[in-house]
Amino acid sequence: MRARAAYGMGAPRDTPWLDDSAGRVMRPYTASGGRTRPAAALDLLSLVTATGVRPRGPLGAEHSLALRLCAGSAAVTVAEVAGQLRLPAVVVKVLLSDLMEFGAVTAQAPRFPGGGYVAADDQNLLRAVLDGLRRRL
Amino acid sequence: MAYADDCDTRPAPVLPATLKILVAGGFGAGKTTFVGAVSEIEPLCTEELLSGLSEEPDPLDGVEAKTSTTVALDFGRITLDERHVLYLFGTPGQERFWFLWEELCAGALGAVVLADTRRLADCFPAVDFFERRGIGFIVAVNEFDGGHRYTAGEVREAVGLGPEVPVVRCDARLTSSGTGALAALVHHLLFTAATDPAKPWNPDRGEPR
Repeated sequence: MRARAAYGMGAPRDTPWLDDSAGRVMRPYTASGGRTRPAAALDLLSLVTATGVRPRGPLGAEHSLALRLCAGSAAVTVAEVAGQLRLPAVVVKVLLSDLMEFGAVTAQAPRFPGGGYVAADDQNLLRAVLDGLRRRL
Repeated sequence: MAYADDCDTRPAPVLPATLKILVAGGFGAGKTTFVGAVSEIEPLCTEELLSGLSEEPDPLDGVEAKTSTTVALDFGRITLDERHVLYLFGTPGQERFWFLWEELCAGALGAVVLADTRRLADCFPAVDFFERRGIGFIVAVNEFDGGHRYTAGEVREAVGLGPEVPVVRCDARLTSSGTGALAALVHHLLFTAATDPAKPWNPDRGEPR
């Protein structure tokens, strides 16, 4: 099993709004056109997958970078896109929900365990997590 | 499972479950170090806009005020197997952000509270929060060089922990030590779930917002 670790090489240090010496050269919310409310409900742990559909019309630089990150692996979380692009999560949620409207990406909400009471599959889930952690020890 | 072809008829991949464990503790307790040591990727940081009910009543109308604040979160990732990927979130240490945790905790499996024995009181807010919300946690005593070593019993007594909450030692700089602390947490969650089926495992988890 390979870890989903292969992102675009060196992408985060090479974004148009970051300069090594000057730092951020663009206000972060410029990327989202000042919007702070994404059209789609996205969690930090929602998994975003590129569909392969190319959006019609030109994309902004930030949208393109976000899409490239999504296309670079089977799926990537909103948190990782935000971390890689060094943009606030809310800005990235706006970018990704734009890409969803274009049909360029789809998002899968995290299926959090539980729902009040302990179910059998929650225990199986915890068991799988424990086994996975112990294999790393 | 890593494929990145540009084919337009890509089959829907079976995506892994994304799971969340919080790493809490006072400022400087080693949260960022812990996340970095156990993560398979270089830890990332993002800012998230969180909202919650402030504990301070609004002075104008005496009603709890809904407040939104941007906080910085460190996070790392551990791919457990092809179906489970664990994300670790180092939570903002400042006490004034505690009311924002509700949103961050939604869906979390549980939490590791890092305690620095030189400033043990710094972990009290985290312990209080998780106790009050019914979120499973353990206390991991981060052993700093030169710090006085206390026994688990001494820490338990000082923090006022119930007998069911595990106290483990860890060195937040070491991958094996941090991973061991995470395993101790999940073991605790599993044990709690198995022995107390009537207890809501985590009544506050909800749909992602």
